[in-house]
Amino acid sequence: MRRYVLRRLAQAVAVLWAAYTVSFLVLDLLPGDPVSAMAGGGLDQAPLDPAVLARMRHEYGFDQPVWLQYLEYLGRAARGDFGHSVATGRPVTTVIAEALPPTLALTAAALLLAVVFGAGLASYATYTPRRWLRQALLSLPGLGVSLPTFWVGLILVQLLSFRLRLLPAFGNDGLRGLVLPALTLAVPTSALIAQVLAKSLLTALDEPYVETARAKGAGPARIHLRHALRNAALPALTVVGLVVGNLLAGSVVVESVFSRNGLGRATVNAVTVQDIPLVQGVVVFGAAAFVLVNLAVDLIYPLLDPRIVAAGRRSPA
Amino acid sequence: MRPRWSPGAAAAALATAALALSACGSSGDTGATGGPRSGGTLTFAVGSDAGCLDPQQVGSNDTIYSLRQVVDSLTDQDPATGTIVPWLAEKWEISADARTFTFHLRSGATFSDGTPVNAQAVKDTFDAATKLGPKAALAVGYLSGYAGTKVVDDSTAEVSFIQSNAQFLQASSTFSLGLVSSASANKAPDQRCTEGIVGSGPFMLDKYVPNQSITLSRRSGYRWGSSLWKKSGEAYLDKLVFTVIAEAGVRSGSLQSGQVDAIGAVGLADESALKAGGMRLQTRANPGVVFNLGLNNSRPLFKDAAVRRALQVAIDRQQIVETIFPTGSKPATSVLAHTTPSYSDLYATLAFDAAKAKSLLDAAGWVPGADGIRAKGGTRLSFAITWFANAATNQPTLELIQQQLKAVGVEVTLKQLQIAQITQVQQSGDFDALWGNLTRADPDILRTLYSTQLANPYRLAPSDLDRVLTDQAATTDATKRQELVKQAQDLIVSNAYVVPVVELTTELGVRRNVHDLTFEASSRIQLHDTWKS
Repeated sequence: MRRYVLRRLAQAVAVLWAAYTVSFLVLDLLPGDPVSAMAGGGLDQAPLDPAVLARMRHEYGFDQPVWLQYLEYLGRAARGDFGHSVATGRPVTTVIAEALPPTLALTAAALLLAVVFGAGLASYATYTPRRWLRQALLSLPGLGVSLPTFWVGLILVQLLSFRLRLLPAFGNDGLRGLVLPALTLAVPTSALIAQVLAKSLLTALDEPYVETARAKGAGPARIHLRHALRNAALPALTVVGLVVGNLLAGSVVVESVFSRNGLGRATVNAVTVQDIPLVQGVVVFGAAAFVLVNLAVDLIYPLLDPRIVAAGRRSPA
Repeated sequence: MRPRWSPGAAAAALATAALALSACGSSGDTGATGGPRSGGTLTFAVGSDAGCLDPQQVGSNDTIYSLRQVVDSLTDQDPATGTIVPWLAEKWEISADARTFTFHLRSGATFSDGTPVNAQAVKDTFDAATKLGPKAALAVGYLSGYAGTKVVDDSTAEVSFIQSNAQFLQASSTFSLGLVSSASANKAPDQRCTEGIVGSGPFMLDKYVPNQSITLSRRSGYRWGSSLWKKSGEAYLDKLVFTVIAEAGVRSGSLQSGQVDAIGAVGLADESALKAGGMRLQTRANPGVVFNLGLNNSRPLFKDAAVRRALQVAIDRQQIVETIFPTGSKPATSVLAHTTPSYSDLYATLAFDAAKAKSLLDAAGWVPGADGIRAKGGTRLSFAITWFANAATNQPTLELIQQQLKAVGVEVTLKQLQIAQITQVQQSGDFDALWGNLTRADPDILRTLYSTQLANPYRLAPSDLDRVLTDQAATTDATKRQELVKQAQDLIVSNAYVVPVVELTTELGVRRNVHDLTFEASSRIQLHDTWKS
């Protein structure tokens, strides 16, 4: 068990380093530079004094060779110092810490909704004896996965906020402000969970142990929930681990549509003005969150299926 | 003070109120039932957040709308006439060589930290502004050649420049040179951005949530408003909330459903829905240089005056305005927008005439080839327009221009770059034509863009224009300066150094129960006089 945990930790560090390095390279390859982006904030034709720009580039160290900038940034990042945002001058860690709670609230609410909807849909669709209903329900996840989040968000705002005036269309205020964004973000996620769970439920229901349970006199509901669902949950759990990444990515779109403050909005703004330190901070943070969640998922596996620790690796999803 | 209410105005207001009630009775509007009243919160939705709370370091309209309310300026500019009038300065003198400006401050004005608005604060504000860096491009530009400020006595400040700088009087009316307290001036630029500055304006910064909102509250005891304002003393509104709604559709939906009171950056696409919903649309052309094709005059193709002239008359500006820009926008009739002081109407030179464009090109030896595109001595009449995605109207406008020019045998390719590349492109000169505009309420902007003695981003060759531009910057006599500015516009347009296309128009959507939300001279907003019924 200890070797298992250590190996997963080493992998986590490698993933973080790779995420940091790749994002640095991509930002460096983008045309233009952060100082010009900052000056272009007025967005007009006014020419700028080259001497002022050169001075700013020097202050931020953008005039140094790329590899030197990389090593310096990496060294500081390893010590937990991600520097200051170029655009606003605030410490990157502060910006992330401020943007994090609303995004966590959003993704947690969305994940909860997604698991409830997804698991509910998959369980009921595979349980119902009515063939047409099953077919109809099982086609919903495909639809949910393919609808653009952006579009879903706008439709929900139109309907629930502008027409029925039930919920606010923008902002971070309280639980009411959370409903629409969380619903929007939950649509593709619950569809994904439903898809995987329904498939593995159908497989599990064909297994010999289901026959055995049935022969022993267990009712269909008991078989479904107690026997099949437990065995089918493993692949779905893996998906939940992956889905956290989707949720973080989805928050970029959802926070933009609903004008919520959060990590997604901060990221969009940072990328637009090539705020390298902030983008780097967000990338590393996102990677860390992803790695941690998957580590947690890996550690939950043995609780569901003791054979996994014995083999030292997860079963295929 | 002008009287606030005439019987005619009251009747008009009642009629408006009745209309508003019948148009959107279900939306909870209570129409105007009387004169202006104090109190209430105005929620204004903007499209973006610049991430900076210092009006001197912000250029984006969305953020200026709020930060303008926090600072007062030495002077104000009448949007109707362009005249400079008293605000914090009661009066001023300008030396004959336009290098020294002496401002006499009114007494009793204070910053919201309690310190007095005096000559030392003027000095501290301007001294600090020149050292702010690229984010403060506007302020730094206004103060170009700044020699220093002398504190003559507590209420007299003498600002001087190393060369003539006639535009500085107008600049003193802008938000970019709004006065900040000495304590704010002494802070580092980044600190000013994150913590905000202390001004003497009718509103104070209350709360800022990045990417979400800026909240301002009324300054009690305020009594040093601009001489242009209708109400003396404090503002009407208790609070202003500027909330960021990035999506245009969500912005207009929020306005119609009453979740906000006013919105900025309305586009042509939103207009019909807003009108149908009973919203008021307010427009004003931004003063300064209109949207234009800034030709790179050092390119061989554009050294041919016939080509430049042909481009000017080959563009059907009316069609562009009607299909793409908000209702009320005007085609360019000079290099300056008609709201700029000393604007001169050069419509005759810029009128659309495809036949004339063709004959100009024919006469210059550009002959149509098999594909309709003209060529001369093996060179195709083809160039690229470089543009940035900083306005939603850019792409459709340029695509239309592309079609219009193709009709006279000119090939245009469109080259989109990132906003971060603007300065790089201007400095390297690596462009054929650059699409853009520049909002300023003083014609000296022509010198900034077209004098070969400054940055000269469009690579003009030295000419008589330089002398005219330099002279207007040194002329304090309004009539003489106006004459020179007219000459400059005439030289720029008749020599076709640029191809002016359309005036940028700022369009706001406002609910009917919001009154006296007015544009100031640079087409940003003034909220001291605004009230809600």
